[in-house]
Amino acid sequence: MTDVAHRQPSGEPTLKLSEPSADRTAFTTCYMCACRCGIKVHLKDGRIRYIEGNRDHPVNKGVLCAKGSAGIMSHYSPARLQKPLRRAGPRGSGIYEEISWDEALTTATGWLSAIRQTDPRRLAFFTGRDQSQALTSWWASQFGTPNYAAHGGFCSVNMAAAGLYSIGGSFWEFGEPDWEHAKYFMMFGVAEDHDSNPIKIGLGKLKTRGDAKFVSVNPIRTGYSAIADEWIGIRPGTDGLFVMALIQELLRAGKIDEEYLRRYTNAAWLVIQQDGAPDDGLFARDANGQALVFDETSQTITAVDHAGITPQLAGKVMLADGRTAVPAFHLVAKRCLEPRYAADAVAEATGIGVAVIKRIAAELAEVAFEQTIEIDQPWTDWAGRRHDKMVGRPVSMHAMRGISAHSNGFHTCRAIHILQMMLGAVDTPGSFRYKPPFPRPTPPPIKPAGRAADITPGKPMPGPPLGFPTSPEDLLVDPDGSPRRLDGAYSWGAPLAAHGMMHTVIRNAWAGTPHKIDTLMMFMANMSWNSSMNPGDAMRMLTDKDPETGEYRIPHVIYSDAYASEMVAYADLIFPDTTYLERWDCISLLDRPICDANGVADAIRKPVVAPDRDVRPFQDVLIELGARLGLPGLVKEDGSPRYPGFYPDYLIHHERKPGVGMLAGWRGTAGEKSGVGAINEGQLEAYADNGCFWREEIPAGARYFKHANREYLEWAVGMGLIDKPTPIVLQLYSEVLQKFRLAAQGHGEVQPPEEHRARVAAYFDPLPLWYMPFEEAAIESDAFPLHALTQRPMAMYHSWGSQNAWLRQIHGENSLHIHHQTAARLNIADGDWVAVTSHHGRIKARAKLMDGVNPHTVWTWNAIGKRSGAWNLAAKAGESQKGFLLNHVISDLLPERSDGHRYGNSDPITGQAAWYDLRVRIEKVAPGPELSEPQFSAVPLPPHLPKRPDVLRYGAGFRTPTGGSGQ
Amino acid sequence: MTSLPEHPSAKRLGLVIDLDICVGCHACAVNCKEWNTGGIAAPLTDLEPYGAGPDGVWFNRVHTYEVGEGATGRTVHFPRSCLHCAEPACVTVCPTGASYKRSEDGIVLVNEDLCIGCKLCSWACPYGAREFDEDAGVMKKCTLCVDRIYNTTFDPEDRAPACVATCPASARHFGDLGDPDSAVSRLVAEREGYDLMPEMGYSPTNKYLPPRPRKQGGCSSAPVELNPAVPGQPGGLLGWLDRLLSQQ
Amino acid sequence: MYPSLSVIFFTTASGAGYGLLALLCLLVPLGSLPRTPLFGFIALAIALGAITAGLLSSLLHLGQKKRAWRAFSQWRTSWLSREGVAAVATYVPAALFGIAWIFFGRIEPIAGLAAALLAVVTVVCTAMIYRSLKPIPRWHNPLVVPTYLALALMSGSLWLALLLAFFGPRPEVNVLAAASIVVGAGLKITYWRSIDTEQPTSTAGTATGLGSLGAVRLFEAPHTSENYLLKEMGFVVARKHATKLRRIALIVGFALPFLLSLVPFLFSSGVAILALLLAASLGTAGIFVERWLFFAEARHAVTLYYGASAV
Repeated sequence: MTDVAHRQPSGEPTLKLSEPSADRTAFTTCYMCACRCGIKVHLKDGRIRYIEGNRDHPVNKGVLCAKGSAGIMSHYSPARLQKPLRRAGPRGSGIYEEISWDEALTTATGWLSAIRQTDPRRLAFFTGRDQSQALTSWWASQFGTPNYAAHGGFCSVNMAAAGLYSIGGSFWEFGEPDWEHAKYFMMFGVAEDHDSNPIKIGLGKLKTRGDAKFVSVNPIRTGYSAIADEWIGIRPGTDGLFVMALIQELLRAGKIDEEYLRRYTNAAWLVIQQDGAPDDGLFARDANGQALVFDETSQTITAVDHAGITPQLAGKVMLADGRTAVPAFHLVAKRCLEPRYAADAVAEATGIGVAVIKRIAAELAEVAFEQTIEIDQPWTDWAGRRHDKMVGRPVSMHAMRGISAHSNGFHTCRAIHILQMMLGAVDTPGSFRYKPPFPRPTPPPIKPAGRAADITPGKPMPGPPLGFPTSPEDLLVDPDGSPRRLDGAYSWGAPLAAHGMMHTVIRNAWAGTPHKIDTLMMFMANMSWNSSMNPGDAMRMLTDKDPETGEYRIPHVIYSDAYASEMVAYADLIFPDTTYLERWDCISLLDRPICDANGVADAIRKPVVAPDRDVRPFQDVLIELGARLGLPGLVKEDGSPRYPGFYPDYLIHHERKPGVGMLAGWRGTAGEKSGVGAINEGQLEAYADNGCFWREEIPAGARYFKHANREYLEWAVGMGLIDKPTPIVLQLYSEVLQKFRLAAQGHGEVQPPEEHRARVAAYFDPLPLWYMPFEEAAIESDAFPLHALTQRPMAMYHSWGSQNAWLRQIHGENSLHIHHQTAARLNIADGDWVAVTSHHGRIKARAKLMDGVNPHTVWTWNAIGKRSGAWNLAAKAGESQKGFLLNHVISDLLPERSDGHRYGNSDPITGQAAWYDLRVRIEKVAPGPELSEPQFSAVPLPPHLPKRPDVLRYGAGFRTPTGGSGQ
Repeated sequence: MTSLPEHPSAKRLGLVIDLDICVGCHACAVNCKEWNTGGIAAPLTDLEPYGAGPDGVWFNRVHTYEVGEGATGRTVHFPRSCLHCAEPACVTVCPTGASYKRSEDGIVLVNEDLCIGCKLCSWACPYGAREFDEDAGVMKKCTLCVDRIYNTTFDPEDRAPACVATCPASARHFGDLGDPDSAVSRLVAEREGYDLMPEMGYSPTNKYLPPRPRKQGGCSSAPVELNPAVPGQPGGLLGWLDRLLSQQ
Repeated sequence: MYPSLSVIFFTTASGAGYGLLALLCLLVPLGSLPRTPLFGFIALAIALGAITAGLLSSLLHLGQKKRAWRAFSQWRTSWLSREGVAAVATYVPAALFGIAWIFFGRIEPIAGLAAALLAVVTVVCTAMIYRSLKPIPRWHNPLVVPTYLALALMSGSLWLALLLAFFGPRPEVNVLAAASIVVGAGLKITYWRSIDTEQPTSTAGTATGLGSLGAVRLFEAPHTSENYLLKEMGFVVARKHATKLRRIALIVGFALPFLLSLVPFLFSSGVAILALLLAASLGTAGIFVERWLFFAEARHAVTLYYGASAV
């Protein structure tokens, strides 16, 4: 036995424990995912020693996730592109030659200038996880093409649109749970890590407090669901049913916040009831356009903008013109009380027991109405009524991609917001809270440009390419009803496609529908791999030639990326981007800012190290390209570049409207203004001196009830966040949807073509609605009995991590996770290889059994599978040999309709890609090579990529000598 | 040297890990890796970093378990690192004196200059805390960020192990577990923190806080279901709802 | 545990060497063995050669071979250090004993006794390295030390019997060999039965502390590829292979050498030499297999974190 009792004075070595970690530290903003945390970078001898969270930063408050902590490995990755490249072999072959920047920009200018002078629409400009959309969308406008969007259309537009059209805000960056006060927190859906560190910080607070209940509604019990007090393993795509059943339970018990509904929502607004009339289902309004309500006190119909009335929520009313109308709530309640939404009716479809549904409803009611929160903070509402306290319903909700990525995602998200409204739990203490610049009008008053009249060769468009239609007249359709945009956004197939539809671009560009294009320019979007549904077809379409001309059907492809991703092989011209530590950027209030519920904030990224390669930030390239093309916003009157200092120059000097620019902090010539103010030459220095961010607190009396809080609304106007201090009315009933439905019923100037009418009429329902996801409805359920989902793991969420030597050790291959009972029924054992077949295709993957998953669901970690040879990984790396993408069995099109038409695999309202509608069957395959399928030929590496090391000793040079052995 | 300190200080620095809060995000593991790959144990070598079987030295690794099945089943994320035991056999088995336990604070360290790479310490550790750097031929391990916690060039609030400083969910705590009045000791007492594999007799310093019982009913007094509303008067919203429901 | 060939070779060869050395150093002074310098030279050369080869082989296992000398310093706590000290110390009386015998024809009983004692101590230290490791319950077993000693005696006596076949057979050594085989086999069988039936020391439940919540199953390991811990400590031979190998070890390493060591009682010297050569070789090979199994069947507690349910 080891003699542990024997102790003696030790001769411990002397350690040097106070060595400085750096000879220099610098602040900037992380870009390892979309979360935009503040970081402090320690540099030693010009190399990055350490990256930590910025303690003062509003997003991450000093913490940093796995991705951010692995930034060093992304920065020094051997997969970094070195120099501009021009294709020197067939497209897809990956054969390139290096060219100079001048040659690259001259080539691009040649292509783009020809397009711009003839038909600017023939440039399709789509960016991926772009955090400079305020620049890129404006650039597209300046160029004159409407064919612009970022990745939101295949990410979470359902959440954004349903939120903005219903409550003028949304989950994720538009709002957050009141982590300090919530007593009941419900989180819906998989892939919930969109707001990575803030959610973790918040859950930590909630759990540390220990007095709140956390309910996770999620088919899979991983990640955050692991620490939930209750996990509800719902069947995918049925969350809307569950939520509607909860609403029904609350209505039956009368457990709804009537006061909140009357004051802050359109629940009492009178809806015209006249079948067949062109205004059936629209709000009855007075001559000034004010909606009408029935005041219970005076028993009269009156305009809604009178304080001191008690609007009636139910019951028929006769309007002055003799027609009947009912309050919106009347219709919503009737819908929610339909037998199809009863707890016992939804139990089977959702897989949630009747007792559980009823209990959750009871818990929601108990917390909302018996455990109200009071904050001793007087405030004044929009009508000038003074309130002594802020009284809140401490029920908070959060949802993200799991709800979003279904073809019923818009309505499901709306149902959640309606549940929040019924409970009076929007922006009250303890509930969901808006982050500035939200709430904004429902929806924000921006319309998409791109009508025929908006497009003139050689001229900018008069507005931005993306916006929020409020009626069929706002759609971008030709007179025959066909789409005008390449991606089909804002057409009858996807009228409220507020983020565009990047997932349709390659197919449409290849097919030349609705029009042919010349150049496809993309940034940070791996569209030949994990960012596409059906990537095999995407690769074929990118390389397909027109047999008549021998030319590629998509004539030119320009791509910008920092790394040798799968997409690189499919471009003709490559602009190598910098890493995030080598660039200027801004996290603007005009795009996706870093605000929190108590403050308004924005941030910059600032170079921490200089590039050691011949690469340039894409934003600089875009600004130079714009100047070379002579785009009006980018050149001075004399034709010289307006922003010779490129992006940082633009950040300081560009104004969207007088006093409003990319950055809201330290405006005014001396930096004395916030929000709106003159250009400040020292603005970037001011940011740098403050850790690269700016934040200003919302006044204490303005922090809740923001949608109806006079102090907040006036403050927001002063900050330039909204135009007018008018209250933002929450849309229990969606009149916008009804307008589109009326068009489908034959009313108005702009009506859908015959083939779209039934669909528009069915789904543009102003009331909450659940319907079966489209793929499930179209296929034989017995043939494809299982749902198949993907999630990104937290250590890689929104991260391009496979080139990262540390992160790929955590997730270097993936398996198909199956419930052990389901597997037993199918005779599948842990580690067996299985075929996964959908209506579209078949893949082979390795099975892994588990308990915490809905038995009707299989799933895998997404985007771990890589193409052999990409990212400068060894050809036999696990990512390509064992890893796989579920994307190969996801079709970008739905099965054929009876008339042969194939809709996109998308939500009918927003065009959101319905990744999670996938249905599959699985079966064990005969023993064979342990290799996932499909396999693609290995792509060659771009020229002059550094040799990947066999042994990585990063940090060896930083080692402090121990200072003596002690022996 | 590999004898344990004859007069160990009462100070026992260590970690408290809250399994009720850990979401399994790997932030602690990766931040530990990035700090320590340039720290006193540098580098934390990675073999085949871009190859088929990447294998690196990590001082902190996060496991995920499923515990129980069905309705009572749960998923638990479980970070694992050196526990800085009071009776660390990894130290006493060391033939060269490379492994030692600091008398001043109980941190278990390796003096790499003395290590012959016999790996016996890794055999002696039931917790898998020892990490062999094949490239350097020596054993490495968690240092409890000894080069941070005493580092006077750091702001006082940054003088914590990297894993604790970076944990987004605040599931990790650092302090003196030898002091019964320290915040970590009080947390352990309050939440019934426990030792891993106490049967081994190593007396780990680090403690784990168990997942708390789930709030089944959730809230203080929520009924299991709601009762239909009874309208107080024939009019009003409740009355209307009541009429609507009775029509169905 | 990963059956590292350098370590297995080391314990097998040094075990045989120390066994042979101890027998020579005890039995020669007692007058039970030939005293010719040639026998002394060959026998001691074989014994010390096996010991030295084993020790050198053990160095191969080290990450920093040049620093091996540092291993002598921590004999107060470390069985590995003690083994090193004892192993080197054994050379001193063994060398004195050998020089006196070979070059001066003198038998020094005190040096012999010291060498024998240190040989036994070295084998005990080797065994204690394993025996002392609580995280490996199949090594932390009271039968480990007696088994190492018995197998060292067994292989030493088998090799001694073979040598004596050339230099003058001693039937009592053959009996000793046969007897040590019986003892060794008995201990080994008892050990196997013990590890097959023992209650687990630790479980995934105690390793994680989550046992009270239900059965603990690994859902995801920290990393998707193997690491040092798994390569070094995660190796486990499949049960069906282990059963087969145990049978091979018993037949090849014990049953056949037992029978073969009795052959000299029945047959003349030529056949006897062949039989004893076979007995010593098979016995050593059997111990090699046994030693491989000793590693391959041992489960380290750390595997509980990686999917094992109990060790």
